[in-house]
Amino acid sequence: MSTSLIANVVIAGVLTGLVYGLMALGLSVIFGVVRVVNFAHGEMMTIAMYAAVLLFGAFRLDPLLAALPVAALFFALGYALQAGLINPFITRPEHSQFILLVAVATILTNLLLMVFGPDARNVQTDYMLDSWALGQVLFDKARVYAALAALATAAGLFAFFRYSRTGTAIRACADNHLGALIVGLNVKHLYALTFGLGAACVAVAGCMMTLLVEVAPSVGPSYTLLGFVIVIVGGLGSMPGALLGGVLIGVSEALAGLFIDPSAKSMFSFGLLILVLLLRPQGLLGRRP
Amino acid sequence: MSREARAGALLAALAAALAALPLAANSYLLSVATLVLYFAYTGQAWNVMMGFAGQLSLGHSLYVGLGAYAAAALFTKFGVGPWAGMWLAMALCVAAGVAIGLLAFRFGISGVYFALLTIAFAEFTRIGFDHIAWLGGPGGLFLKVEGRKTFDLANLRGGQTMFYYVMLALAAGAFALCAGLLKSRAGYYWRAIREDEEAARALGINTFRWKLLAVAISAAMTSLAGVFFAFYYNNLFPEQIFHISQSIEIILGPIVGGIGTLFGPILGAAMLTTLADALNNLVAAMGWDIPGVKQVFYGVILLLVVVFVPNGIWPPLAKRLGLGRGD
Amino acid sequence: MALLEVRALSKSFRGLRAVSGASFDVPEGGLVALIGPNGAGKTTIFNMAAGVYAPDEGEIEFAGRRIDGLRPHQICAAGIGRTFQIVKPFAGLSVLDNVIVGALQREPRVPRARALALGILGKLELAAKQDLPASSLTLPDRKRLEVARALATGPRLLLLDEVMAGLRPTECDQMVGVFRELNRGGLTIVLIEHVMRAVMALARQVVVLHHGEVIARGTPAEVVRDPAVLECYLGEDTEV
Repeated sequence: MSTSLIANVVIAGVLTGLVYGLMALGLSVIFGVVRVVNFAHGEMMTIAMYAAVLLFGAFRLDPLLAALPVAALFFALGYALQAGLINPFITRPEHSQFILLVAVATILTNLLLMVFGPDARNVQTDYMLDSWALGQVLFDKARVYAALAALATAAGLFAFFRYSRTGTAIRACADNHLGALIVGLNVKHLYALTFGLGAACVAVAGCMMTLLVEVAPSVGPSYTLLGFVIVIVGGLGSMPGALLGGVLIGVSEALAGLFIDPSAKSMFSFGLLILVLLLRPQGLLGRRP
Repeated sequence: MSREARAGALLAALAAALAALPLAANSYLLSVATLVLYFAYTGQAWNVMMGFAGQLSLGHSLYVGLGAYAAAALFTKFGVGPWAGMWLAMALCVAAGVAIGLLAFRFGISGVYFALLTIAFAEFTRIGFDHIAWLGGPGGLFLKVEGRKTFDLANLRGGQTMFYYVMLALAAGAFALCAGLLKSRAGYYWRAIREDEEAARALGINTFRWKLLAVAISAAMTSLAGVFFAFYYNNLFPEQIFHISQSIEIILGPIVGGIGTLFGPILGAAMLTTLADALNNLVAAMGWDIPGVKQVFYGVILLLVVVFVPNGIWPPLAKRLGLGRGD
Repeated sequence: MALLEVRALSKSFRGLRAVSGASFDVPEGGLVALIGPNGAGKTTIFNMAAGVYAPDEGEIEFAGRRIDGLRPHQICAAGIGRTFQIVKPFAGLSVLDNVIVGALQREPRVPRARALALGILGKLELAAKQDLPASSLTLPDRKRLEVARALATGPRLLLLDEVMAGLRPTECDQMVGVFRELNRGGLTIVLIEHVMRAVMALARQVVVLHHGEVIARGTPAEVVRDPAVLECYLGEDTEV
């Protein structure tokens, strides 16, 4: 096995991993702030992917551009979902919330199945088969664009949380719910905002993903689980952790696919999840839950 | 009539009706009834872990699958019948459950993290079994079907009626077991752990051991459902039997009916399975072939129950029937 | 030999020294109050005695046997019962069932445990409410339930953590009466209390904690006059 092959696989893994990381970032933000385990995260990703596929099919709109309207739409929907359905559940026992989202996820996955059928669909842009070469090493154009978009979105989100007033307010909610209420922050609105932002991240990640893989209704649950693996490995509540976790999972999946069996890729991720949950549940960069 | 007497009478009536059903129903109806009993049974088994001990498992398909494959492998490869094979199935599942429980409880994993852990183990096993060629891999493991006319209880080969009675016996046994457990010291301790684990510890309860016991019993019971599954459907695919949708279908009955209650899982399973079946027939009758309708239906019901009737349908119903607080 | 001996106990949390070299004895049949300002380390000492944490330094001996480092359920089996500062009833269970859980520690068979539980409910005047869900009780009743549950395990020593907090004076006096009677029956009691009314009425010995250290020990009358105690906790104009 040549080093250039391994290098190519690792690079592909890193680039894909950044897109995974963006998806996980959405999940991390939602869980870190609202403390809701968004079991429907993968389904949201899948819907975003379908949206990109449809827009491409109807208007030949490049997923990189489609990401903008889809993200805006998802922001609104995410806000509505949190404000309308999930907010009352904040005070309910944990398993109630979880099951609520399991229900939402089941409905979404199967609605997709009913509407689109089980067959896979994809997007075919002009640059998807191109790549840049650096010596023996290849960089797929589509992957690079997707990764760059993911990084840009993540950077935007970091900046928002770091430098804007609303972002700081949201972080305050996350740190101390009661304190935030006392200080007069409209916590319900901020929660809904956060969910909307998380959903928007997923939307961008989904659009980017269509440049890399095909979509079918059945991929929803695997993305949900993937999201959790990344968030837990990278550390709950840590935004850089989500990206780092994404890259790690992307690379390890790619290498596992190369050295072991391609279909055993996710087995590796689950094994890693089990290990992390047991040995270091706060993940690489997270705080102790 | 006292509460106990009323409950006893209703129970007796139900038992009589169920026992006599094959006389009145055709094969199709019996198959639906068998499915209802199957989910009532698995729901009861899951309920021991969640409703009694408060540990949310979303990976119960692991035990169904392991039980099914264990019994099926023994039958197809070594000619060992299900009544002997079920012991291996139970042992294997208890070992798996205890392993998961040991790891989780020792490391203090609970709540949502525990649920994720159970999902991870089930998924890990699903993909793993896809790679075990000896058990058929993704192509599946098949049992030889003798034909509906034979009646071979020893090897569980036979018609719909036989399977109905086997499942009825299992479901009745589970009900009796859970009723007994609830009233016993175990039942008290589990409910205490479910309500407040720290307070339970201060009262001398070794919560670690009792939680493990709940997991072990739940896993053992579920494994038998797997054995039944193998001999009833005669084909096993890792993609199907270990799939997370199986785990979700198992928890629907207890959640809709009422976690932690005795009748909840049964009521929930009865409602959901019959309604889903009616829905499927309706869709087919209209000439549509839409996969996923049943699952959307399940999702919607689950959503409605969690939002409006979070404790399940059985407790308020029990009150109406004058059966008390619905345990 | 005292029933409970605490020797040079120390515990820190992330650099903050919660308890520092605390020592005191509780004689068999004694009624000892632990008092001191908030953050003095009283509940931490309780939690170490109850097995919630292990001490960093020092030892705890109960009936001649080392118990520091044991886990909560083992401590209960050894004969120490405790209540929690913020009551923790089994909300979904009935009052009687709550106490049965405790009684099962002493009587593993349910019918006997039930009988035992009923007896204890009677002693704490909760018998009339036995079938009510624990979540429906008022605060004073919840406190009684908490005590009843701990009593059902048949302890030799009962640790009461601020059990009077939130009670009106008449309710407080009632509880004092209950504890006096239990103590007369042979139960050793250690209580953390801020309500001085209860401390003065109940305790035969008082241990005063401040910043994790024991600063005074003695009868209530002695401690109330101790200048160090007055300065840090009771205030110069304290009248009890």
